Amino acid sequence: MIDQIFGVWNYWIVFILMMIGLYIVISKKSLLKKIVGLAIFQTSVFLLYITFGKIAGGTAPILTDNVNEIYSNPLPHVLILTAIVVGVATTALGLALTVRINKAYGTINEDEISASDLVEYHEKYLEDKN
Amino acid sequence: MMSFIIKNLPILIVITPLMFSLIVAVLNNNRLAWALSTFATFLTMIFTILLCFEVSYKSNISYYLGNWPPPLGIEYVIDTISIIPIMIVSVIGLIATLFAHNFFTLEIDEKLVSKTYSLWLLTIAGLIGLITTADAFNLFVFLEISSLSAVALVALGSKVDRKALVAGYNYLILGAVGATFYVIGVGLLYGVTGTLNMGDLAQKIPALGLNKSVIVAFAFMMLGIMVKAAVFPLHIWLPNAYAYAPSPVSVLLAATATKVSIYILVRISYTIFGSSYEIYSFESLRYILLYLAILAMFAGTIMAIFEKDVKKLLAHSSIAQIGYIILGISLATSSGIASSFIHLINHALIKAGLFMSVVAMGYYTLKRIDVNTIAGIGRRLPITFFAFVICALSLAGLPLTVGFISKLYLIKAAYMSEGIWLPFLILVSSALSLIYIWKLIEGLWYNQKNSKPEKIKELPEIYIPLLFITFLNIYFGIDAGLIIDNSFIASDALISGIK
Repeated sequence: MIDQIFGVWNYWIVFILMMIGLYIVISKKSLLKKIVGLAIFQTSVFLLYITFGKIAGGTAPILTDNVNEIYSNPLPHVLILTAIVVGVATTALGLALTVRINKAYGTINEDEISASDLVEYHEKYLEDKN
Repeated sequence: MMSFIIKNLPILIVITPLMFSLIVAVLNNNRLAWALSTFATFLTMIFTILLCFEVSYKSNISYYLGNWPPPLGIEYVIDTISIIPIMIVSVIGLIATLFAHNFFTLEIDEKLVSKTYSLWLLTIAGLIGLITTADAFNLFVFLEISSLSAVALVALGSKVDRKALVAGYNYLILGAVGATFYVIGVGLLYGVTGTLNMGDLAQKIPALGLNKSVIVAFAFMMLGIMVKAAVFPLHIWLPNAYAYAPSPVSVLLAATATKVSIYILVRISYTIFGSSYEIYSFESLRYILLYLAILAMFAGTIMAIFEKDVKKLLAHSSIAQIGYIILGISLATSSGIASSFIHLINHALIKAGLFMSVVAMGYYTLKRIDVNTIAGIGRRLPITFFAFVICALSLAGLPLTVGFISKLYLIKAAYMSEGIWLPFLILVSSALSLIYIWKLIEGLWYNQKNSKPEKIKELPEIYIPLLFITFLNIYFGIDAGLIIDNSFIASDALISGIK
């Protein structure tokens, strides 16, 4: 029982972070908070990969004279380096869009944006009618 | 020189648009940027045609990136299956680029036009890269290249309508969550198999048997890509993204982006997991995808019937058409997958034609084209309207158009594996789709009550791409041998991997 919790605590942290991130993306109305949630969600996946790559007692994968040296798998780290870059690009694009939305609507709250769109739609409808 | 090109074709089709996108980004001259983009997509199409000849007598080209052999290095595979979506992307890419210039100069700030072409080429490069790569993680990178640049393109519609920003934002968030789900799946698979190469994964997965990680990975990867492919309950980003994007972007995305994602769905379910008896004994494809596809067919069609905005209407109809394609895949028979591939090609032709003609109608007014405001436009733009009608009838599946061919094969495949009820449902939803098509044709041609005479003219610059697509819609409806033969070759190759 204890082993199931503390023996794999890395995975528990990944799991908790993943759920926190996904929950923020789904539930929050602020466009900014959604991006923060997305970043947490992606970070949890980075941790997952790095946990796969780590071997207990393993060192960095550097060529040495000792043949029996245990080393961690470097590939997941390299993959995550790529994924971090992708994550930064996603966050940057999301923030840029949020700035533009704030300029166009004067708010970054999802509900207020749809309300503002609805008002615009009705005004246009009345204009077309006249 | 020639043999060097032939040898490196699989990477050239990705690198060409990628490199040109860098060149185009620094140009100040918009017309030059357009000419270079056209040249880049033209070159890509030439390479793709050369690749077609290569594939026709080699059937499987494996390219090692940087000469590192797989499973350690990244492998690009061009075979009889992947050549079909590559052909779709490069042909539609060229046609849409030819079409794009007038619209980009009108709908986007002058300073941003050359950057837009840069994003445009980046999207095409990402889409082609997605198809060619045989490395599961490399696929994620291309997925993000194509979708991030597509998001930026969608958001550029904000000069005409600010809703484009919100549409782009939603596309970004949902797309990023989908892509991250895919990465979780790949990570789990890597954890149990230690490889990322698709062919290598397919060999190692059966030995694992009923491993929980494999099943969870399958679910994560499928779900992630289903968001990108806009399979019914996960389609929510699609209508707004297509409707508020700049016109040429709607054409490009509607014709290629979801098609490529569906191709990846096929690759994951048949190439990577196709060899796993445990996953196929659940018949997960049939029990989940089949019913989602049926729901998509009806939900998309019904939403389209009640939609007033014409671009959004076409986007809703895309959801229904994606339903047809997924239906064929979920049958898991050779004829079912072949009918999916046939519809994949045909729907790209149909939707490209429809979006082109519809946005051409709204060109001079820059207004959203509404079912109520289109009255009588068809009579004033006869040639654009002609193209629209051909493509619309093709969407409904009338004989002598490509839509008929794909419906015919889909119904045949559905009847062979499910009996009479499934063809019946397909026919009912096709009949329903006639309602919204008729609504458009009626508004465009028969309604005469256009009170405000606005300056609307034909746009001769776009005749070449528009009429070429229309011609293809009719040509492949009469002589569909090329599409059908290649689709069956592809589906047989896919099915042979399943145990």
